[in-house]
Amino acid sequence: MGSIQALIVDDSSVMRKIVERSLRQAGMELSQVYEAGNGAEALAVLKDNKVNLILCDINMPVMDGLEFIKQLASVENGKGVPVVMITTEGSESNVVTALSNGARGYIRKPFTAEQVKEHVMPLLAGKS
Amino acid sequence: MRPTKEVLASEHKHEEWHPILEMAAREVFQLMLASELKTAPPPEAPDQGLDVTSMVGLAGKLCGLLSIRCTGKTAALIASKMLGVDVEKASAELNDALGEVANMVAGNFKNKISGLNDGCMLSVPTVVIGTDYILHSMADSPGIEIRLLFEDNPILVSIQINE
Repeated sequence: MGSIQALIVDDSSVMRKIVERSLRQAGMELSQVYEAGNGAEALAVLKDNKVNLILCDINMPVMDGLEFIKQLASVENGKGVPVVMITTEGSESNVVTALSNGARGYIRKPFTAEQVKEHVMPLLAGKS
Repeated sequence: MRPTKEVLASEHKHEEWHPILEMAAREVFQLMLASELKTAPPPEAPDQGLDVTSMVGLAGKLCGLLSIRCTGKTAALIASKMLGVDVEKASAELNDALGEVANMVAGNFKNKISGLNDGCMLSVPTVVIGTDYILHSMADSPGIEIRLLFEDNPILVSIQINE
């Protein structure tokens, strides 16, 4: 696995930093980390930038994470990019909705770097 | 037979939620701050100086308010531990960090009660700084309050429930 460009979407800047730290603790080499405070900001980031991985919260203002993954395929740079939801929302309906809309993983807060590694690494095998 | 957790949710045995709330708080501090909360002894006098209050509302099958109270110094320490930086560098992120802690404790609490999980929404966190205020919750039950120690500093985790 080579260097990764990641997009972290969360309305909490503290949580974005924690997620980035967890990725690094998981042994991931991050060449670029983009941040967005909601789904709309994330779509704007993807208009001009390519990423290998997206980690996304659900409950956010303006555009939530479930709407974001629905719209992700409409952005050229979003097609085929694996998305892992990281959220306090652990309800079964949200998990089902997220996975049916294209999310490849689902991590509940609070989480460990090890959990991030378990969910993210298999998605990045062979990608850089 | 229904799972225990579902019985708790559907029959609203709030007093039995005390250990669940405590576990929810302990897990958040353990996983996100690498810190073990300790049980605090009963206070000799009412807690004073707990001037940071982080709140998250619950709505749906369970309505109420979860709050976490601590001193400003403790809040800065919590932010510092979450971010892995010095206390001085973490102070700008204090509100965000405390809001996220309350959010995660509330989410972890409801996720542990399977009857609540799909029917209880959380609000965006609110953080109040200062002590000169009176909080009027619409809660109509006594609620649950847990007093814990974070690095020897008291924090109060409480949930007020509106049935």
